[in-house]
Amino acid sequence: MASSTTADDGAHGHPTGLRRFLFSTNHKDIGTLYIILAVIGGVVGTIMSIAIRAELMHPGITVFPGLAQMLQGVDPAMALDGGKNLYNVFITAHGVLMIFYMVMPALIGGYANWFVPIMIGAPDMAFPRLNNISFWFLAVSLVLVVLSMFVEGAPGMMGFGGGWVFYPPLSSNTGHPGPAMDFVILALHLAGASSILGSINFITTIFNMRAPGMTLHRMPLFCWAMLVTAFLLVLTLPVLAGAITMLLTDRNFGTMFYDPAGGGDPLLFQHLFWFFGHPEVYILILPAFGLISHIVSTFSKKPVFGYLGMAYAMVSIGFLGCIVWAHHMYTVGLSLNAQRYFVFATMVIAVPTGIKIFSWIATMWGGSISFRAPMIWAIGFIFVFTMGGVTGVVLANASADRQLHETYYVVAHFHYTMSLGAVFGVFAGFYYWFPKMSGYMYNETLSKVHFALLFIGVNMTFFPQHFLGLAGMPRRYIDYPDAFALWNYWSSIGAYIGGVSLLVFFYVVIDAYLKKIPAGANPWGVGATTLEWTLPSPPPFHQFEVLPRISGSEH
Amino acid sequence: MNTDNGEPNPRRTRRIALSLVVGSVAMLILSFASVPLYRVFCAATGFGGTTQVAKKNLGQQGERTLTVRFDANVARDLPWRFEPETASISLRTGQTATVFYKVVNLADHETRGVAAYNVSPDQAGAYFNKLACFCFSEQRLDAHESAEWPVVFFLDPALENEESMGHVAEITLSYSFFAVKGPAAVAPSTKTSLAPAIRPKT
Repeated sequence: MASSTTADDGAHGHPTGLRRFLFSTNHKDIGTLYIILAVIGGVVGTIMSIAIRAELMHPGITVFPGLAQMLQGVDPAMALDGGKNLYNVFITAHGVLMIFYMVMPALIGGYANWFVPIMIGAPDMAFPRLNNISFWFLAVSLVLVVLSMFVEGAPGMMGFGGGWVFYPPLSSNTGHPGPAMDFVILALHLAGASSILGSINFITTIFNMRAPGMTLHRMPLFCWAMLVTAFLLVLTLPVLAGAITMLLTDRNFGTMFYDPAGGGDPLLFQHLFWFFGHPEVYILILPAFGLISHIVSTFSKKPVFGYLGMAYAMVSIGFLGCIVWAHHMYTVGLSLNAQRYFVFATMVIAVPTGIKIFSWIATMWGGSISFRAPMIWAIGFIFVFTMGGVTGVVLANASADRQLHETYYVVAHFHYTMSLGAVFGVFAGFYYWFPKMSGYMYNETLSKVHFALLFIGVNMTFFPQHFLGLAGMPRRYIDYPDAFALWNYWSSIGAYIGGVSLLVFFYVVIDAYLKKIPAGANPWGVGATTLEWTLPSPPPFHQFEVLPRISGSEH
Repeated sequence: MNTDNGEPNPRRTRRIALSLVVGSVAMLILSFASVPLYRVFCAATGFGGTTQVAKKNLGQQGERTLTVRFDANVARDLPWRFEPETASISLRTGQTATVFYKVVNLADHETRGVAAYNVSPDQAGAYFNKLACFCFSEQRLDAHESAEWPVVFFLDPALENEESMGHVAEITLSYSFFAVKGPAAVAPSTKTSLAPAIRPKT
């Protein structure tokens, strides 16, 4: 096998063409593959979200019946029901794609694969071939998710439309007897296996392959973020795997884990799911936390304020994230004492999160700030994530959540943290590291235009959804009463602006590859102190053949 | 951590990776183990309104009198009519009560069902002691057979000392019958297993 021969021989030439990527064991090439996968997942997920907003722009059902006929070949007589079903399929697939096939591959598979080994001064990951299988598991898993949209789910309908949370009985044989849900379950098994293997790889790399002198307390914050993220994945993804395996056996092999008729309980699924699901949102945001610290420090030309506090804030966010899952389930009939505990524990998370926000601001304070493109994105991240955090504290209250549960207020909240927070993190990292990864400088002015369009677009999309939620508009419906028309209209306009910003993004990337302006080893100047800026851009196929020695506290 | 010449220690690498694999497998096992663990936890603490099973009433008489209401539900796929004989009773703590549920199989064939049950409010579960109940086992009814099934229970006088029970004047006992499919269980039928517990209503 090509992969084994290339991996065994230390002094081999570069594999080229298709082989270089198919059989790659090189952390940078695999990182690039992950980023490409994230772009594909992100584009499909964004197109879906624009279709959803187009449908919700005006009251009445206008877009999806036609879409169902076009995409799924639904019989025109059934177009209305088919359209409603397709809407549900789209909101489900949008969530799954954005979480598992956009943010995770970009931040974890992409940037972390690229930069964790470089930042700790290691030549590659601890298990290069494991890294390869992690990626291809995820690629196959994406194919399974897409396939699920074209096989039967609900009776007579195509695709799984039960939401990304997969609650039974909607996801069991009662709601979706067709094989679409089985496809989704197997896709999640593969994606989960991919992430667990990847995380084992990261933890082992970070614990065992740091360059001499790179102690844990000198390690760059992005590596700290990845360490915590990887631990969260290793501990919580198996629980999701267990939950969906029970669902799979309930559906196909006659077990009754979630069926009260056999002594089971559908709530078991919700508990298991959110035991994974809540840490998952920190899995999505922690890597962004890490790289935002680097960007803020680089462009303020100051070391990160409160390095140790920042590192241990992430550790405590990770720990707290694992013990607050039932705040997604306040309305299921939890006892009052359980609600009291989950309210309190959830609010406590605001403390380490506040430490991070204030430390970023303190890093900027008194710094010589240059507003280069990545810095603009980072500041945008801090703003939108703080917005999302504030509404999160509101929702943490069980009493307020009674009113707001399953409304657009929740949608606005988690899109401010994820769609705006994590995605701004993804783009900030992209514009920060693109010169390093490709060797080319991009057009910074256009990148700032991209930022302006996306910032205006997503804020216009999601800020009015707070109003809709407070007014009582529920999530997950294709239609709404006329009373909600105004803010839905503006929300949709915002989504289109966000969509246009994506075109600018692609233009920036293509433009950079066409113009080929060399970036140099360090395009960002004296503030960029982490090890990747000591290497040429793009870095050599194998870096650090002589390991760097770290002294002092540069991070 | 690298050794000083920069080479990672392969034994340490394997040890870290192995312990992480063990960690994730343990979490997987724990997710399945949560089913029996939660059942044991509920049975032991009455969490979520899980009623207690008692061998006999220890005969302590309590002070308070509470209303116990009875609720009956049947899943859509089970052709039974199922209702309590009385909607509610007044019961002094410590006193044993027997109530009957009337059930009729409306189908032209034999059907079997099993009941899920709990009490509300949740915190009453720990003090609701059942001596005998049709819900402990699977029930079978022949075509158009009707029956009266007893529940024998008492309220533990210890609830008078529980702060969260102070404002509770009414406890609802609820049953939901679900159809049992597949081959018949070998469990003995109600009539024999409950016979010794049936006593005349007072």
